[in-house]
This record gives sequence, C-alpha cells and structure tokens, in this order.
Amino acid sequence: MSTAARLALVAAGIAAGAALIAYYIASYLTQTPPVVAATGNMPSASLTLQTVASLGFKPHPDWVSYLAKNPAGKWVHSTVLRVPAHSTINVTIYQFDTATGLRNPFWGEPRGIANATMTVDGKPLKVLDPDLASHTFAIPDLGVSVPLKGVADDAKNQCSVAPCTLAEAHTTVKFSFKTDKPGKFRWQCFVPCAAGFPLGFGGPMQSLGYMDGYLEVVG
Amino acid sequence: MTTAASAQIPRHGIRIVLIWLVLTAIAAPLIVFVLGPHLPPGNMTSEAGSQRDANVLLTALLVPIALLVVTFFVYSFVVFRNRTGGIVDGPPLFGDAGVQLLWIVLTGAIVLALAVWGSYTLIVSSHGAGGGQGPSPVDQPKGHEHALPVQVIAQQWEWTFRYPTYGGFESRDLAIPDNTLVAFHVTSLDITHSFWAYELGVKADAVPGVDDIAYVNARHTGFFQIRCAELCGLWHAHMAKKGRVLSLPAFQAWIKAAKQKNAVVQKYLAPYSDVYFPAPLRRAG
Ligand SMILES: [Cu+2]
Ligand SMILES: [Cu+2]
Repeated sequence: MSTAARLALVAAGIAAGAALIAYYIASYLTQTPPVVAATGNMPSASLTLQTVASLGFKPHPDWVSYLAKNPAGKWVHSTVLRVPAHSTINVTIYQFDTATGLRNPFWGEPRGIANATMTVDGKPLKVLDPDLASHTFAIPDLGVSVPLKGVADDAKNQCSVAPCTLAEAHTTVKFSFKTDKPGKFRWQCFVPCAAGFPLGFGGPMQSLGYMDGYLEVVG
Repeated sequence: MTTAASAQIPRHGIRIVLIWLVLTAIAAPLIVFVLGPHLPPGNMTSEAGSQRDANVLLTALLVPIALLVVTFFVYSFVVFRNRTGGIVDGPPLFGDAGVQLLWIVLTGAIVLALAVWGSYTLIVSSHGAGGGQGPSPVDQPKGHEHALPVQVIAQQWEWTFRYPTYGGFESRDLAIPDNTLVAFHVTSLDITHSFWAYELGVKADAVPGVDDIAYVNARHTGFFQIRCAELCGLWHAHMAKKGRVLSLPAFQAWIKAAKQKNAVVQKYLAPYSDVYFPAPLRRAG
C-alpha cells in the first residue's frame, strides 16, 4: 500500500471516530428532555404531570410515558422537573393509563408525602388496592413513593395520543411533599410497566422523558 | 567459582531464614491478636464469628508465606546487587529435588488441611455459616425445628419481610431477637437478588420461586447493614437498609408497633407462602 493510501485510511478512521463522537454529543443534547419548572416559588409550588399508555408520536410512539405541564399551561414531553428548595410541592397527576398491578401491595402505600395521604379523584386514600395501580411516582432519595390509580380497562374514551385532555378517561391523584436543600434527584416509576420488554423493565422504564426523570431542587 | 564465594552461600540461606523467622514471630501475633478482632464481618452472630475466624486463620497462614517471598526478594536486591555496572553471567542454577519436594508437600498439606477444616466448620461447627442453603438445608443447627422463621422478600427495588409466626404480617423493616435461632427464608418476586446482611454474616440468593433458607443466631443487640449483592437493575444500589437485633422483650414490642405501622397494607397481602408468583409480572412480561 502506498503512503498516500495509508494516510487516507488513517484519516478516514479518524473522521469516522469524530463523526460518532459528534453524533453521540448531538443526540445527548437533543434527546435530553427540556427542564419543566414548577408553578410558583418558595415556600410552595405546584407540579402537574400526566401519564399516558402510549406517547403517540416519535421517537417512540408506543412507549408509556409521563408528561409535565409548564407554567404557561402547555404539556411538555419531559420528566426533568425543577422545583424550589425548602418548599411544599403540591403535585397533581392525571393518570390516563390502565392498571398494571403491583407485585407487592407495599408499593400501594404512599410514602414520604404530607399526612401519608394522597387523594384519588378527590377522596383521601392511605393505601391503593394493588390491582388498581398503574404507575408509581417515586423519588427514592427523598423517601417519596406514590402509587397512581389506573383507568378501568373497559373505560370509554381512552386516550391514545399524548398529550391527553381531561375530557378523556382519567384518574386524578393529588399529594404534596417537602423539599429540603437544593440538589438533583433521580425519580422513577417502580412498576414494571414497559410492555414488550423483559419483565417490563426496559425501554421507557430506563429512559429520561418516559418513566424516569430528574427532580432539580433549586435554592 | 572461588572457595570464598561458595562458603558464603549457605550463610545467605541461614540469614534469610533468620530474618524471616524474626519477622514472622513479630507479624503473626500482630495479625491474630491486633488485626484479627477487626477482620470482617465481626462477631455479631455465631455465623459471622466463624467467618471471621476463617479470615483470621487464612491471614495468619498467609503471613509467613508472604514474608518468606518478600524477605528473599528484598535480601536479593540488597545483597546480590551487581555493583560493577557491567553485564556479567551469574552462576548456573540447578534444580534441587529436595527443596521442590518440600515445597510441594508443604503447600499440598496446607491446602488439604484448609479444605478439611473449611468443610468441618461449614457443615459441622457453624451449620452453613450463614449462607443460603436452598429449600432443604443439609446443615441444620441444633433446635432448628424451633427457629424463628423470617421471610425475606426481594423485589425491584426494595426488601420487605414477613413474620409467619406472628400472623404473617409484612414489614418494611427487619428486626430479629438476640440469642434466638432465626431461619431466614429468602425469596424474590421478580428476578434474582441476593440478601446480604453484612454484620450477621448472612448471604443468601433471592431467587423467584425458591425458598432459600439461611440460619443465624445473634450474640448481641445492635444494627446491621442489608444490601442486595446481585446486580438487579436500575435501582440496585437503592436496595440498602439497616436491620436491628433486639432483646426479646424489645423485639416483642417492635412486632406490635410494626404490625400497627404496616396495618393498612396487610389486607391486600397474598396468603403467606414459601414462594410467590405475583400476577403483574405476567402482565408486563
Ligand atoms: Cu410506569
Ligand atoms: Cu436486588
């Protein structure tokens, strides 16, 4: 092989490597969901989320997902949430997905929230029947874990494309928790809800923007 | 080779052996009596104690062997250094059948003796040494029929515990009484985890559909760490808790309080069983 040919080969290799790195950085920047801030400031703010059985659009139209409402009232496909430190965060979650069920009824008990009580469609509840649960909203490092009641399997007018509207079948779960000092905390749905993945635990369960996200507590 | 040089060779050997003996005489008692009590996993249970004894014995055996190698190494560096700077051929080396035989016999004896000793402690003296023995344990400690059963349930990603002799209630916290033989029945609701109660000296795989039994007898009260020792997914590291060994009266009081604390969930529990196959797994699969 001539020297020129070898040089060309090396240059092509370097270019391919650089392209891969650039692709990785670009996809990281474009695929990390945008930050959605809570409405309100210290000492109390509110977060509004929804869960949908299938996103309905790209890149994963059939994946189960969370969405968050920004202060302007618009639904954003994101799970990166920003809340104030040392505050009470009032959370409202509209649940549009049907039940998956819990492996252990212990996940049906809300934890780490005010009065250990959530309200489901306006009714206070200290434990959810494990068969009715669809997802959980859990921030392990803050001790928060809240089960979300699913929509009945035979409910009419079920939502199939996000963002869902309140005219479609849903349950409303409300609770509040307290934030302490600033920090970045990972949150997660702990129900094996990723249909089509081994044991329900791949895909959306391990992807930011779907069943996995960050809670940014800012001072 | 000059006569003066060959006369010096045996003296090197004696010097090395002497240095080695002195170092061993200093290090071995230090290892056994000073470091030994601090070796893991401590002495909270008889099972942990026998694991620690094994660690002490192995370290003590290792010391003379390691010191012999190090002594020879350092001695050679210092004494046999080539001071001329030129590259010179060393004296030829010949095999020594006696030394080789001694080495093989000695190391063979150490390994075999350890195997015999290890088997004896595992089976006879410490009854499984806190390890999971599967659904039908071979090494049953005395009085195992009256052991307090505690079920350990693993799931992605938390531990829960059930007490069948106290109405089968389930708790998020683990407590056991001291000076009481406890039989952990370890199982899983989803995938393979591993129940590792560090200070108790207990490690038992949590396998779905399997009732893995491990015995433990706590010598004194205190806290112990619980970890999952089998990589089990995203929040594997979150499967960490602190358990407690309590005095018998404190344990009875704890049972009462724990029943109350976990009361709301109990009505939804599956009936107590050695293993569970929760439906949601099949639904999501
Ligand atoms: Cu989920
Ligand atoms: Cu685990």
